[in-house]
Amino acid sequence: MAAPLVVLAGNPNSGKTTLFNRLTGSRAKVANYPGVTVATLTGRLQLRERGPVDVVDLPGTYSLSARSPEEQIAVDAILGAVRRPDVVVVVSDATALARNLYLALQVIETGVPTILALTMMDEARAARLEVDALRLAERLGVEAVPLVASTGEGQDRLVAAIARVLSSPSRPPRVTTPLDDDLARDLAPLEAAVRDSLRPRSEVEVRAWTLWAALSLGDDDLRHVPDPVRAAAQAAREATARRGVDLDLAIVEARYRVVDRLLGETTGPAAERPAGDRLDAVLTHPVVGLGVFALVMLVVFQALFSWAEPVMGLIEAAVAGVQAQVEALLPAGAFTSLLSQGVVAGVGNVVVFVPQIALLFLFISLLEDSGYLARVAFVIDRVMGGVGLHGKAFVPMLSGFACAVPAVMSTRTIESRKDRLLTMLVIPLTSCSARLPVYMLVVATVFDAGSVSFGPLSAGAFVLLAMYSLSVAAALGAAAVLRRTVLRAPPPTLILELPPYRRPLLRNVAVNVWLQVRAFLHEAGTVILACTVILWALLSYPRLESTTRAFAERRDEAARTLRGEALHERMAELATAEAGERLRESVAGRVGHAIEPALAPLGFDWRIGVGILGAFAAREVFVSTLGIVFDIAEADEASVPLRDALQRATWPDGRRLLTPLAGVALMVFFVLACQCMSTLAIVAREAGSWRWAAFMFAYMTVLAYVVTLAVYQGGRALGWGL
Amino acid sequence: MRRAPTRLGQVDVGSAAVIRRLDLPRPLTRRLLEMGLLPGTRVQVVRVAPLGDPLELRLRNYCLSLRREDALRIEVEAVP
Repeated sequence: MAAPLVVLAGNPNSGKTTLFNRLTGSRAKVANYPGVTVATLTGRLQLRERGPVDVVDLPGTYSLSARSPEEQIAVDAILGAVRRPDVVVVVSDATALARNLYLALQVIETGVPTILALTMMDEARAARLEVDALRLAERLGVEAVPLVASTGEGQDRLVAAIARVLSSPSRPPRVTTPLDDDLARDLAPLEAAVRDSLRPRSEVEVRAWTLWAALSLGDDDLRHVPDPVRAAAQAAREATARRGVDLDLAIVEARYRVVDRLLGETTGPAAERPAGDRLDAVLTHPVVGLGVFALVMLVVFQALFSWAEPVMGLIEAAVAGVQAQVEALLPAGAFTSLLSQGVVAGVGNVVVFVPQIALLFLFISLLEDSGYLARVAFVIDRVMGGVGLHGKAFVPMLSGFACAVPAVMSTRTIESRKDRLLTMLVIPLTSCSARLPVYMLVVATVFDAGSVSFGPLSAGAFVLLAMYSLSVAAALGAAAVLRRTVLRAPPPTLILELPPYRRPLLRNVAVNVWLQVRAFLHEAGTVILACTVILWALLSYPRLESTTRAFAERRDEAARTLRGEALHERMAELATAEAGERLRESVAGRVGHAIEPALAPLGFDWRIGVGILGAFAAREVFVSTLGIVFDIAEADEASVPLRDALQRATWPDGRRLLTPLAGVALMVFFVLACQCMSTLAIVAREAGSWRWAAFMFAYMTVLAYVVTLAVYQGGRALGWGL
Repeated sequence: MRRAPTRLGQVDVGSAAVIRRLDLPRPLTRRLLEMGLLPGTRVQVVRVAPLGDPLELRLRNYCLSLRREDALRIEVEAVP
């Protein structure tokens, strides 16, 4: 028999996830809820009397009514569309009990065994908000357990209550939404449709689904709703409208009347001046608030950009060390190359993201748990709203300048799926740090330091600034366009709860960081590893026998004619030359040649094409791939031999290849193109489908191609930078 | 005393008002109703964001942020 299922439901910011972490420890898993791509947390709780219990943490919600599939999860989980829970714990913030009890009432009236967990009891006490849990329990007909999540107070009582409820028979709900006679009559046909089409298991469920359908249907994106129910919900709306009554308002008001009566009987009056208000006055002050905002964002950005750097350097050094070991220990050949350049490099490509992901989620958890993340959205909403982005898109977009992978993961703080998708799709346009080596190489190659200057800026600095500006303009412009086309939504707006400031619990933050890192390694990591191996194969195969023989002969000849240092140098030269030859013969080399006619109008030849293909592993790999194509050993962006080779490189007709104009075109291409398999892998995972990743790749590639074409051809027509 | 109807977006910072009617698209209206912004609910305009929008409201012992353009479509009655 499967372990009993306990579901945690509750408003956002109710302390639900903190409670979940306390109940299940760090062994929880982030998993997509069946059928929808919303991450829910699943973990286990050991009950002394009954053994293990599965615990699921649902996404925060204010209501069971739904317009979109992700909002539908809560009602599906509670009414058991997939599996009926044995207990639902409604986690309710005792300091904002009215809004929390509105949800609790809906859960209770579905007839599912319910426990009311009253969190933030310490804050409620501090605000002299007396909540009478016993009386609340008695009125609602469910167990009510007061909790203080930060100290764990009440947790044992909650676990005991879960065990008690699991072993007692379920009873019909004591409270339901009271409907007056007119409303009951108008809803009767809908009730009949629900009874016929949704296969409810009891009259209690008929009533719960009827109210759900009345509030949810009409302007929704819900799938799997039977047509008769849809039609009956519409008819019910029209019937009440004829009496001059709004159906939504009538139902919500009826529920809040119950809630208000309960509150009147069980809690004292609210404090006039809420705790944290003075802090808020400072943190959202027109001058000081903006200053604090800028400072916090600067710290986050600086951390991602530079604090992660030493650890990433260590990881890269470790990977290079393992690769050298593998190549030294095993005989040279295809298997060794696969192991070293494919598998070890692939693991490195995955692990190298961990420092940035961990840091970003450390900050996001701290900001979210402290309540400041909502203030970030509050402060910056005016700017973001202008292009149709949610205020909460700011931190992910900013993080995108360091790396798109953690940035895309951090869009999880945005509740609406369309807002989330939109943010994900434009994040890769922000100029990440992996593009910097490409810019540096090009700038160093085509602009001599101090040759041309724009006011106080050198030409190189000016071009860099222009690239970052282009990246910001492209991201915001793409958001505005996508919002009006592919992700058209009802006028984007902001309904944002500003939770009280709270001290983040380090344990909670640590668990969250760990869960995110583990989920990344587990899901996106495997894809990135596989892509690295495939890319390695494309860049290494076929290995022509004739080339192998030719280089073997040249080595033999060198061994016969040279000695000592000269031989050593010659062998190194031959190794570099062979690597170049292999790459030119490989599938990637041939593809580079094949796409040259398409790249030539952008000012790129096949060699740059091969570099662009190699950059799929990570954009900075462009530099080392280009090094191999040009037969230069161990090239990085500061490599003088590579710079010289690029400056000397010509088209077959003798024209210079990398003119300043072609250099700018190349940088523009790198700003706009989606040259990164890791980004594609993470978007596919977070959006729940490869279709969105493919769409993102397509739109960014087209955008990059068209803009680069315009820059290069326009520049040529004007005679600039030839 | 007669209380003139006005809009939530016009209420001075620091003042309170009682909701009369929400004149917004249905999804928005329903979300606000479910969060407790019902006709008859007392709402205080706590402050305005540093860039002039959105607004911070206080109702039912919690804080909610709304854009001014939406708040201008919520009819309220000023309370002294």
